[in-house]
Amino acid sequence: MDRFGFTISKGRQIDWEANNRDVVDFIIEREPSLKSCIECGGCSATCTTGNFTSFSLREINILLKRGENELVRNKIRKCMLCGKCSLVCPRGVNTRNVVFLAKQAFQKLDNHAV
Amino acid sequence: MQFDPFVIPFNLGLYFILIYAVTRSVIWFMELSRPDKLRLQRGFFGKPFGQSLKEIFLESLIHRKILKANPRLGYMHMSLAFGWFLLILLGTLEADIFGEHHLNAPYKAIFFRFFNPDHGKTPFEAGYSFMMDLILAFILSGLLLAVIKRFSSKAVGMKKTTHLKILDKVALTSLWLIFPSRLIAESLTSGAYGTGSFLTGTLGSWLASFMPANEVAYPFWWLYSLSLGTFFVLLPLTRYLHIPTELFLIFMRNSGIRTGDKAGTYSEVEVHSCSSCGICIDSCQLSFSAGINNIQSTYLMKSIRNNEDIYDIAHNCLLCGRCDQACPVGIEISPIRMIARRAGQSENKYTNTWKGYFRSKQNITVSKQNITIPKQAVKAAYDFLPESNPAKADVLYFAGCMTHLTPSIKNAMVRILDASGLNWSFIDENGGACCGRPLMLSGQDKEARELINFNSQIIWKSGAHTLVTSCPICYKVFKESYYLDVEVLHHSQFIKNIIEDGSVKMNFLNKRVTYHTPCELGRNSGVYDEPKDVIRHVASLELTGYEDKNSLCCGGSLGNIKLSQVNKRKIASDVAIELTKQNPDYITTACPLCKKTLAPVTKSKVVDISELVAEAIIMPVSLKKNPQKSKRSVGESVISR
Repeated sequence: MDRFGFTISKGRQIDWEANNRDVVDFIIEREPSLKSCIECGGCSATCTTGNFTSFSLREINILLKRGENELVRNKIRKCMLCGKCSLVCPRGVNTRNVVFLAKQAFQKLDNHAV
Repeated sequence: MQFDPFVIPFNLGLYFILIYAVTRSVIWFMELSRPDKLRLQRGFFGKPFGQSLKEIFLESLIHRKILKANPRLGYMHMSLAFGWFLLILLGTLEADIFGEHHLNAPYKAIFFRFFNPDHGKTPFEAGYSFMMDLILAFILSGLLLAVIKRFSSKAVGMKKTTHLKILDKVALTSLWLIFPSRLIAESLTSGAYGTGSFLTGTLGSWLASFMPANEVAYPFWWLYSLSLGTFFVLLPLTRYLHIPTELFLIFMRNSGIRTGDKAGTYSEVEVHSCSSCGICIDSCQLSFSAGINNIQSTYLMKSIRNNEDIYDIAHNCLLCGRCDQACPVGIEISPIRMIARRAGQSENKYTNTWKGYFRSKQNITVSKQNITIPKQAVKAAYDFLPESNPAKADVLYFAGCMTHLTPSIKNAMVRILDASGLNWSFIDENGGACCGRPLMLSGQDKEARELINFNSQIIWKSGAHTLVTSCPICYKVFKESYYLDVEVLHHSQFIKNIIEDGSVKMNFLNKRVTYHTPCELGRNSGVYDEPKDVIRHVASLELTGYEDKNSLCCGGSLGNIKLSQVNKRKIASDVAIELTKQNPDYITTACPLCKKTLAPVTKSKVVDISELVAEAIIMPVSLKKNPQKSKRSVGESVISR
């Protein structure tokens, strides 16, 4: 039977109950400027690591806010902390500290300390 | 036998502190690494010994550095330290010469007047008493300044004074009580016997005219002894431990021992040598521009001493090195901060104050017991970096991340390198890896090492003999943490070289410029003169009063991971005001990050020295006629915002 290429797409809603916002709360408590991120992607555009890989701080910020921590865990280690993103950020987010705190939060999660 | 029960507190305190000092020194010596032990032995029995004694006299007693920087504050410290020293020395001699025996117990010298109230009748004795009174007056004048400083630090020329913990305050009070109680006790005793010189004699005879001087004197002798005893017993728990520790520090430093990368005896001695004088607070831009007053070096040292969590203090710092320069004790503050950063978050370990007497050497070391190494950490973090095959060249140019954000500097450097006629290659023309310094600054040395290895490979493979970088942050790490067989030059040094050997010809631009010294290039790497020499070749340089070691930080430093953009801007604005006072045509600097930070906060144009040079450079005819010969096309004017 011809199905014209249409399928029923999978559910894409975010289940806030199941997602763990511990990491992003940990970061926002210590670096409140993350709240003013408008996800413009300026950080990703200038990123040194982004030059080699698909690493994107914008993506990481979104994933963290959604609480999809496991997707971030390995990605975040690619950041070189060079600081270009914090210089281009139009909202003055201290992006270096966001990455630094995220790394720290994952280390604490591993030690069950958050 | 001359004895009175009131000397007991003093004796207890004195013998306690002497035994403590010997034990502490032995423990510290034992904890030194083997090479450092040998260094110290050689230093102690060799040439540096005399130098150390000289330094102890000039710095620990006279406080020469503070006197130079701030005469009033220096006088305060000198009168207390040098005055007290003279009082003890001459007091001991006095007891030796005029007392009933030679070689007396220390308390007989300290309480000499009590045991020899008749002393001072003959002219020689009176002369000696006069000298002792003069010293006491000298100390009391300094004490008066110290009391005033507690209430109004501006009176002694300081903007801020250090906040103290309770025990420090108790010790401070007992220290303050020592000299007035001595004055009153001596005066009353002298008054009763009609002795004493201009200070004690006059005050004594006046007091004796309306009260029973001898009876009233006794409680003051008790007070004098008690305050001395209290001070000695509290000394190891408070900032006053710096008095004995600084001597140890001077010997160690002159023997060639340095802080290094790990916490050890030397860093511990440094931490205890901090007298909390607060001079670092005044030099700190976070204090006077951004209004952050709880993270300065004196508080770092205090928190390490008290085993508090130093995580925030360690990270909230520009690492500009201004306090390192200002510290009169010569403590290497930035290396200690870096040790603290590498250690990561620590717990507040001791809650019991009295345990401070038995410090363990766990001081700034990592509390690793609860950190398990995650599985991913075994894997390299930057394994995505590609295999590189750089072109062979004599000179390599590494722009660095920050230079890629300021393309005008990159273009200017391309123009200059082309004009120099050297066989050069641009390593990170299409964006390279970071140099590793930002990771190091946040205490992640292991990750930084991966980037260092990656960049080192490129440099090795290219076979170059010189590496030029535009960014002082990269310059510092290439110079210090890469093990390379190439000459590392900052572009200011490189440009100076090619100008002076005649490789390039310059016009003189008719511009007045001021120069902002980048921290990483100046104080942290010691390159002060080359950028200014380059500027003098092409423009007229105006001095701002913040030259070289006294230069300001632009506020954009990668050293501070916690500082908000608002505060960075505040610092940058203050710096821009200082740099534009003479209304220059350009503000020049030698760092892309400084340029990027200063440009938004001032109306003056901020340019890098390479842009200035590129505008002034006369391109060789071969390149002018045949621009294809040059690998890149370069615009005529490179200075543009």
